[in-house]
Amino acid sequence: MEKKEQILTIEAGKTEKHYWADLWKYRELFLFLSWRDILVRYKQTVIGILWSILRPFVTMIIFTIVFGKLAKFPSYDIPYPIFVFLGMLPWQFFANSFSEASNSLISNSNIISKIYFPRIIIPTTSVIVSLIDFFISFLILAGLCIFYQFIPSYRIIFVPLFLILAFSTSIGFGLIIASLNVKYRDFRYIVPFIVQLGLYISPVGFTSAVIPEKFRFLYALNPMVGVIDGFRWAFTGKTQINVTGLAISIILSIFLLIFGIYYFRKTEKSFADII
Amino acid sequence: MDFTIKVENIGKKYIISHKQKEKYLALRDVIANSFKNIAKKIAGKKEPNPTKEEFWALNDINFTIKEGERVGIIGRNGAGKSTLLKILSRITEPSTGKFSIKGRVASLLEVGTGFHPELTGRENIFLNGAILGMTRQEIKKKFDEIVAFSEVEKFLDTPVKRYSSGMYVRLAFAVAAHLEPEILIVDEVLAVGDAQFQKKCLGKMNDIGKDGRTVLFVSHNMGAIKQLCNTAIFLKDGKILYEGLVDKAIKEYMTFSYSNNKINNCNFSGTLANSIIFEEIYINEKKDQINLSPSDEILVKIKGKAIEDILNFRVTLSIYKDEIRVVTMHDVENPVTLLEGYFESLFKIPNFFLRPGDYSVSIGGYREGASDWTFGRDILSFTVAEEWSKKNDFANVGVVNLPYFGERICLEKNEKYN
Repeated sequence: MEKKEQILTIEAGKTEKHYWADLWKYRELFLFLSWRDILVRYKQTVIGILWSILRPFVTMIIFTIVFGKLAKFPSYDIPYPIFVFLGMLPWQFFANSFSEASNSLISNSNIISKIYFPRIIIPTTSVIVSLIDFFISFLILAGLCIFYQFIPSYRIIFVPLFLILAFSTSIGFGLIIASLNVKYRDFRYIVPFIVQLGLYISPVGFTSAVIPEKFRFLYALNPMVGVIDGFRWAFTGKTQINVTGLAISIILSIFLLIFGIYYFRKTEKSFADII
Repeated sequence: MDFTIKVENIGKKYIISHKQKEKYLALRDVIANSFKNIAKKIAGKKEPNPTKEEFWALNDINFTIKEGERVGIIGRNGAGKSTLLKILSRITEPSTGKFSIKGRVASLLEVGTGFHPELTGRENIFLNGAILGMTRQEIKKKFDEIVAFSEVEKFLDTPVKRYSSGMYVRLAFAVAAHLEPEILIVDEVLAVGDAQFQKKCLGKMNDIGKDGRTVLFVSHNMGAIKQLCNTAIFLKDGKILYEGLVDKAIKEYMTFSYSNNKINNCNFSGTLANSIIFEEIYINEKKDQINLSPSDEILVKIKGKAIEDILNFRVTLSIYKDEIRVVTMHDVENPVTLLEGYFESLFKIPNFFLRPGDYSVSIGGYREGASDWTFGRDILSFTVAEEWSKKNDFANVGVVNLPYFGERICLEKNEKYN
């Protein structure tokens, strides 16, 4: 069998052109690393995969009590648990990918300093793993709908679009924070703080309709606002969607994705040297 | 264009900070420093940053490796060997120059890269295989072979965190040994595992080399280099000092490395490596190249400094020839405290004890009854000239020589010994 010899040339400062081709070549590693993360996540836990159901479930109960029963925010005839859960789903997805991605490079430093592969695989893997959690949590949502006999709107066909939006925001943010974390380990402390704060300033327990009109624009600068509102809008057909807010979200998420990749590519070369 | 690896003008620059105490950069320091710099700018002072310095780990490296060549890369610690391997395996980018590689590369800079302690042996074979660049099909095809080589069949479904370190290393090497790249890059991985396992690894690597694949091998073990490689590159301070046949390269390495009496402390490892600093070594008070006659009594003097009191301590001196430890000596008969401060240790080798040849000296020390030690390989080399006399007879073949002491008594005819 005559094989065509491939010559690979690496020149200082000119590795750009191999990158995307390599990414394709290393697709199997990508799968293996995702598989590893999922396997490892629930090893040595008693209830295993149930954790990814339990966590959002408990948060949902608390939010229902706090925002629905105590603060009595409007829920547009949607059972409050479903209402909250529709906010929780995209938020958890973002929060998980964001915090996992931010630590991913550090926790894989042994591979990074010993083996070559496109580094972008590592933080992206974290996002994929969170996506799987997302689908598992979706089962609870289905359960809640059956329990409350709630029928989703036909607009549910738009849900994937908002999922893509959440995905690109998560990857964009994840890449930036992951590469920053390699150089400045302070981000290890900043990330949990952002995640915690974000939960309260995003419309998870309420809709953005409760935000006063004059602050709406400012509020929409949080890219997850458009995603969560959109999610609820598409699934229930009852809440409103703020078009300007959504437009801002879309623009922001595309910008984040592009900037994330750009920044990651720029800093990636030095990872093995400083990690 | 007959090459497998072609390297042109490769250089690698690192910026080193002198004052950095933290292992990593913290944002607060960056912010604090920027404010300081702004303040300086306002004050109109301009000064170069004294804490930062450029350091060329590799400089102007050029070589070509042909297909099927097995190349050893030798040099002292810090000579740039690992950096070179990292660049060729694309882990880090060169700062200057370029290189071309023909064929699939697998680099083995560490045994068990990416092994996850929570995963089972079976799972880790797949994971590690994928990390080293095998496809799923390849791993499946070789799975049984890998398991057989590793001798851990019984524990395949046990998490590797419960493995003994020996089993762990065997499994890890088994995966690596079944890679089938055109080019194999190996860093000092043989330093782990027991002697028998090392032999097995070396044998396997020999097979790989005989298959006509290209091997790049870094080691401090000159014996392994000699056994495995046909050519070698000798690096010193980031530059190639010699490139060519392996025997010549090793000889160059030996003579060049010890051109003064200063001891390079990078060579030391062990728990006491930071408590004792060996500074200078002298053989018969001579400087530079050491050529001795068999009739010379050899007096080795080591000067050093103890950072703290070390209880029950003995300094050792080992003499190697062709990677075989000929003899190990102690500076004191019974372990005593090495007091904080400067010290000198003396060792004496009687004349006519060493046979002519090239010797390498390693020094170290350990605490009796504790597991604290330090050891440095290949600190200095010397040559015993090929002069034969009655006291060291050419026919006294062996590792060492004992001056003649014997007698023969012939009995009378018909008399028998009782």
